[in-house]
Amino acid sequence: MNLRLAWLRWSGRRPAVRAWALMSPGAAWLLLFFLLPLLFMFGSSLMPARLYGGVDLGFTVEHYKQFFEPVYLWILWRTVLYSLACTALCLLMGFPVAYVITRAGSWKNLLVFLVVLPFWTSFIVRTFAIMFLMRDTGVINTVLLATGLIDEPLALMPSGLAVMVGLVSGFLPFMVLPIYSSLEKLDPSLLEAAEVLGARPVARFTKIILPLSMPGIVAGSLLVFIPALGSYVTADLLGGGKSDMMGNLVQRQFTTAGNWPFGSASSFVMMAMVLCAVFVYLQQRDRAQAMGA
Amino acid sequence: MSVPVVEFRNVNKTFGAHQAARNISFSIDNGEFFSILGPSGCGKTTTLRLLAGFEEPDADGGEVRINGEVVNQRRPYERKLAMVFQNYALFPHLSVAKNVAFGLERQKVPPAEIRERVKAALDMVQLDPTTFGSRAPAALSGGQRQRVALARALVLRPTLLLLDEPLGALDLKLRKEMQFELKSLNRRLGITFVYVTHDQEEALTMSDRIAVMDNARVAQLGTPPEIYEQPRTAFVARFIGESNFLDGATAGLGTGGVTYALRPERLDLAAPETPAPGKTQLPATVKAVVYRGEMLHVRVVLDDGTELVAASRNEGQLRSPVPWKEGARCLAAFSTADLRRLEAEPA
Repeated sequence: MNLRLAWLRWSGRRPAVRAWALMSPGAAWLLLFFLLPLLFMFGSSLMPARLYGGVDLGFTVEHYKQFFEPVYLWILWRTVLYSLACTALCLLMGFPVAYVITRAGSWKNLLVFLVVLPFWTSFIVRTFAIMFLMRDTGVINTVLLATGLIDEPLALMPSGLAVMVGLVSGFLPFMVLPIYSSLEKLDPSLLEAAEVLGARPVARFTKIILPLSMPGIVAGSLLVFIPALGSYVTADLLGGGKSDMMGNLVQRQFTTAGNWPFGSASSFVMMAMVLCAVFVYLQQRDRAQAMGA
Repeated sequence: MSVPVVEFRNVNKTFGAHQAARNISFSIDNGEFFSILGPSGCGKTTTLRLLAGFEEPDADGGEVRINGEVVNQRRPYERKLAMVFQNYALFPHLSVAKNVAFGLERQKVPPAEIRERVKAALDMVQLDPTTFGSRAPAALSGGQRQRVALARALVLRPTLLLLDEPLGALDLKLRKEMQFELKSLNRRLGITFVYVTHDQEEALTMSDRIAVMDNARVAQLGTPPEIYEQPRTAFVARFIGESNFLDGATAGLGTGGVTYALRPERLDLAAPETPAPGKTQLPATVKAVVYRGEMLHVRVVLDDGTELVAASRNEGQLRSPVPWKEGARCLAAFSTADLRRLEAEPA
């Protein structure tokens, strides 16, 4: 009997088998190149460090303890602070943009296109572009010097400010798009109904627009906050070692410092934080779905 | 004479090059059930939106008055009216009770009073507050959503309630039921209803007066019998009920070029050998007999080619069938008093 036919007949009665068969290439890929390395990293975070990189056999939690030394907590604090600030700025600037796009009529598609446009260039190239703008001999300082407004270049970068500029410009589209798609679904007649019921503009915003766009706000905030936590290039190029974030710490442990276990442990602390953020998101989403929104 | 609740004085509204309302004038009395009837795109929704305050008349585009005051520039929340929307427009993130309470909360009514009034409003539309109060709108049927939308409007105790095709999404049986309920709420509460619909039967059934709209104008304004029995234009005659159209020459009135409307139930058929006395009789040929249940429609063609429909009560085709077979000769008989002379329609 034809083998192919036999398989189809047998699996056709077992939907679960089919589902696994369809998933297996992707699942195998993730298993091999994501889960396995992750397990290695988790293992090595609990092993003693070998000098100049690598690990020795054994078990220790010293690297997790080490992470709670003030110098590293300070980096963690800065990472969280920068990421929160970046998320807040993206939200404050992104929401009005998304709102205007939903009401832009025939301009809508062009505006969405413009929001996505930066993705056509790599993140690193965009970060370098900001360097060209903000460094001592960059565009801003050159113009200000030429017009005589300043006598010597402003120390715009490397600095925390420059890192923040880099983060916000890199992640702003991730905030705009989900909020836009939430607002797009908002039926305009709801706002008219609210208006007839006596809601002035502020009440319409706080009672109707804001709650109904909350799924987009939360999704956008996570899409900004999580990559911001893990960002490395921005702080490296624009912070110049003075505004290190977690990504820079991890990178240095695996390269110059050669302390793999500590790098791994730092990564896992960060991952735990990301998982917390995702957990908050899922909870919020479930509540929204339970409400039938 | 008291001040009309609503008054439109030569109201015009233009969107770009499109004129959505032309010289609209009417006034609505306190407690009246007033319908704005017309096909889609006739300007009825624009008229309602002008009244609600979502649209403003053109500059020098006439006056919209509520209780005698010009409200052209006023926002909807300053007009003290209530509205039920076509798709109900319930807030999906709020429970039924919160939806109904929305307007009261905006007015800063004390919470205890809000609870009382929400309960009373849900009772009024026959939704049990304890069962439905905490539900999300998504968990309701179309008819229940309609009732919540109505309760949300009535809870504010408005003197003027606007309804934009509120029953359009309901099935026939539920629609009839709601028609009856809306009408009785109108009578019981003394609220003025302004009701937009494209359903002529609905308008005839419920309204005290109807404004029939066509091409951004009010084509005719009157009570249901006036609209049905004395249509002013061919459009009104055709849109409300069915109508036959006869040229003055054909009808034997000697007024060629003038069109007359004749309702199908006002046209009788007689056998050629037994003409009906005192009526105009025109020889015709039967084209088809259409069985409609309670009515029987017989299509005939006059000798000059004019097609007419005669409607009669179905007396039981199994027991005593009508004698009209396709191709049979007959007389189309009507009294000239039932002819309605139509005005030419404005361009």
